[in-house]
Amino acid sequence: MEELTFQTLIAVFEEMFGKGLFWVMAAAAIIITFAYLYVLIRDRAVSWRKFLLAQLSMPVGAVAAVLFVQIMTDSAMRDIGGPIDVILLLAIAVAGAVGMAVLVYTVQSLIRGGKTAVDDTL
Amino acid sequence: MSLDRRHFLSLAAASSLMAAAPAGQAAARQPAVATSARIVILGAGAAGLSLASRLSRRLEGAVITIVDPRQNHYYQPGFTLVAAGLKPAEYAVSSTAHWVPRGVDWIAEAAASIDPEARVVETAGGQRIDYDILVLATGLTLDWNAIEGFSLDLVGREGIGALYAGPDYAVKTWAAMDRFTEEGGEAVFLRPATEMKCAGAPVKYAFLTDDRARRKGTRAKINVTYAANNNALFSVPIVHEKVRMLFSEREIGTLNNHVLKAIDPGRRTLTFDTPEGRSELPYSFTNVIPPMRAPGVIRQSGLSWADRWIDEGWAEVDPHTLRHRRYAEVFAVGDVAGVPKGKTAASVKWQVPVVEDHIVAALSDTEATKRYDGYTSCPLITRVGRALLVEFDYNDNLVPSFPGVVAPLEELWVSWLIKEVALKATYNAMLRGRA
Ligand SMILES: Cc1cc2nc3c(=O)[nH]c(=O)nc-3n(C[C@H](O)[C@H](O)[C@H](O)COP(=O)(O)OP(=O)(O)OC[C@H]3O[C@@H](n4cnc5c(N)ncnc54)[C@H](O)[C@@H]3O)c2cc1C
Repeated sequence: MEELTFQTLIAVFEEMFGKGLFWVMAAAAIIITFAYLYVLIRDRAVSWRKFLLAQLSMPVGAVAAVLFVQIMTDSAMRDIGGPIDVILLLAIAVAGAVGMAVLVYTVQSLIRGGKTAVDDTL
Repeated sequence: MSLDRRHFLSLAAASSLMAAAPAGQAAARQPAVATSARIVILGAGAAGLSLASRLSRRLEGAVITIVDPRQNHYYQPGFTLVAAGLKPAEYAVSSTAHWVPRGVDWIAEAAASIDPEARVVETAGGQRIDYDILVLATGLTLDWNAIEGFSLDLVGREGIGALYAGPDYAVKTWAAMDRFTEEGGEAVFLRPATEMKCAGAPVKYAFLTDDRARRKGTRAKINVTYAANNNALFSVPIVHEKVRMLFSEREIGTLNNHVLKAIDPGRRTLTFDTPEGRSELPYSFTNVIPPMRAPGVIRQSGLSWADRWIDEGWAEVDPHTLRHRRYAEVFAVGDVAGVPKGKTAASVKWQVPVVEDHIVAALSDTEATKRYDGYTSCPLITRVGRALLVEFDYNDNLVPSFPGVVAPLEELWVSWLIKEVALKATYNAMLRGRA
């Protein structure tokens, strides 16, 4: 195997989705991450009530991510064939779970605003 | 959702990239070499376009001309997915114009003759193009006429498939396979005795037909036979053994030393040459793959091997540098190159940086360092959702990109994802000289 560069990776992603969609998705991911950091800093603490709902949404995110990938790629659970497949599947589920949790937490915080943060905080 | 999707795809793409990641961006970052050389590339397929993209970035002032009559560009690895009913024809089709890099002249005509002594190419329309460096990237010709009784307008009828013939024929092949897996009967798969592009494709299609029937619950109504041209199911012995085991598990029968000579659609029989003479097999569904040869323009120009592949005419190049053995300013890359292995897009990905290196070295009076060792790869689909990621070289050694992670002889979902999701993106990035 020869070198694999970051630019090559970006090039492949751009081809996969089209340049426009890829950068829109990348931007969305970055914006959500920043919004999450923003509400954390604004509220100065994790609100455990919001975090609870976010946690409850994690299995939903995990399952949704796995189903999404399987539908997009004409595959199913029976196709899991070796350790790397299990690892990949778990990685997709974890990514879905974390992504969903961050999204749910951020959306709640943005909608409800920072005022209730004090009550929520333990 | 965007996060999940991104994450998954980054994994998929990372693996595919590593599966076939040659010199990458390194070339692009090197300072451009100033030259006024006239470089002519025959063929705007996988190899011609990738090389044109890379050279146009590496060279300053070169006159690069690409010659190809075809308006459509075909992503050929997609044909298998089209013929399995997983993708529409458009999946494999784009326009040549879309990929021709800026600053490169495209002449939309076929090259009709090459005079390697006078260093001139003549097109079908009578244009004469002088060159300092010539790259043969014409791919290969499918010799349909070699199969008696066959004609392309039969495809899709009488149980005849021919997925190699192009995207529309791949769609017709799928229609025939779909019907066959409803009705049942005898499926016979085969390959030609010549060198061929993507030698795994005939095997993949046997697996895919078996899989379709199983999913429809009609497997008991069909028999599947794979008629090999010699004694091997795959040219690499260790892969042959794996395919043999999978075939027996899936109840796919095999025949050795069968080379298709004729088809009789009326009687639904295939006639093969075998060591014992002609042999007839009845069929209900088949995928015809004809002998493959270098295009006539190569064979008539005296650039072919004289003592090897006599009837096939591949360009006589050094297997490691892809430079012509008699004309130092001529190179061949892709399917037309007369090298022992590697008629795949994955090989193109590894060959192109080598040819680029040798051309740039020749133009800048430096020493070329890159070598091609026969790397080729084939995501061998074993059913929808699983594949073997087989990578090997001239010596039949397995050269896995992720040793210990993606096992080459294991049926894996991740290998399927590489074929279904990441391969086309990597191929497109390659055409742009970015992968
Ligand atoms: C069904 C199928 C499945 C495949 N699966 C895979 C796979 O899974 N993985 C993989 O890596 N590879 C696969 N391949 C192989 C891969 O597509 C080819 O190896 C690759 O396209 C070779 O690139 P090339 O540039 O040499 O030829 P091509 O891409 O075929 O391009 C040749 C070009 O030259 C042009 N041309 C021909 N004659 C002339 C002339 N006289 N003058 C000017 N131009 C001319 C043609 O119009 C064409 O555009 C598959 C191929 C097929 C058919």
